[in-house]
Amino acid sequence: MAALTLETILISLAGGVMIGLSAVMLMALNGRIAGISGIIGGLVNPVMLKGGLDQWGWRLAFVAGLVISPFIYGLVGGELPALVQPRSIGVIILGGLIVGFGTRLGGGCTSGHGVCGMARLSQRSIVATITFMLTGFATVYVFNMVGG
Amino acid sequence: MKAILGALAAGLLFGLGLIASEMVNPTKVISFLDLFGAWDPSLAFVMGGALVTTFIGYRFVLKRERPVNAEKFDLPTKTDLDPRLIGGASLFGIGWGMAGYCPGPAIAALPFMYTETFIFVAAMAVGMAVYNLVDGMLQQRAQPVLIDG
Repeated sequence: MAALTLETILISLAGGVMIGLSAVMLMALNGRIAGISGIIGGLVNPVMLKGGLDQWGWRLAFVAGLVISPFIYGLVGGELPALVQPRSIGVIILGGLIVGFGTRLGGGCTSGHGVCGMARLSQRSIVATITFMLTGFATVYVFNMVGG
Repeated sequence: MKAILGALAAGLLFGLGLIASEMVNPTKVISFLDLFGAWDPSLAFVMGGALVTTFIGYRFVLKRERPVNAEKFDLPTKTDLDPRLIGGASLFGIGWGMAGYCPGPAIAALPFMYTETFIFVAAMAVGMAVYNLVDGMLQQRAQPVLIDG
């Protein structure tokens, strides 16, 4: 197990609280679940796009908020973390395809099932979260075994 | 317009949380999933903090008659634990462990300008589009065929 400092715990909790407040805000204002895979899935779905601004306007705005967040984080004096991607391009592409297909098939990801659905005590979301955590642990275990 | 601004602010706050907690870093995520190795449990605090906040916040919000900018709360209605849910969640976990990204952090990491992130997001969008295509075809096939006469 890696060393865990009090500072890391506090900043992790703070980040989590911000994510939670965002989810509460989106529900209070727009009546929507803050499920990122659902939001992006709607944007790559021609049927949804035909639904008009009502359907895709808020989705695009939420994604825009995510995209500008690193700039705002830097503006308010936060130090952006360095990103390290340990996987090869082939693994990243395959992983991306699977994440895209899987989140749509399962109706949610870490945010929609793991945060919003679990907060509603949805049985589906609890089962989904346990499932993707387990296959996530197993996948990293396998990668460490074969050294990918 | 208000709904658009609300979503923009919510997306921004979400992204700031992902950056502060370093969920935008694939190595951090993979270390969290490395339960049997050098496990870094810090993302459990992120998920815990988000979950507790949302749990408490939803209690208050969902008691209200309607959201500020919409007619009603748009909540999932499905309750069955079907193969799609289990299969989809299983696949998602595999992809998550492979690339170290789930959808939200990948999008928030785009402005960091790493080629790998753009490739991941493009592949993810293709995966979603493929799902929409397959799902559309399956639904068409499931519709009853009308026979004249």
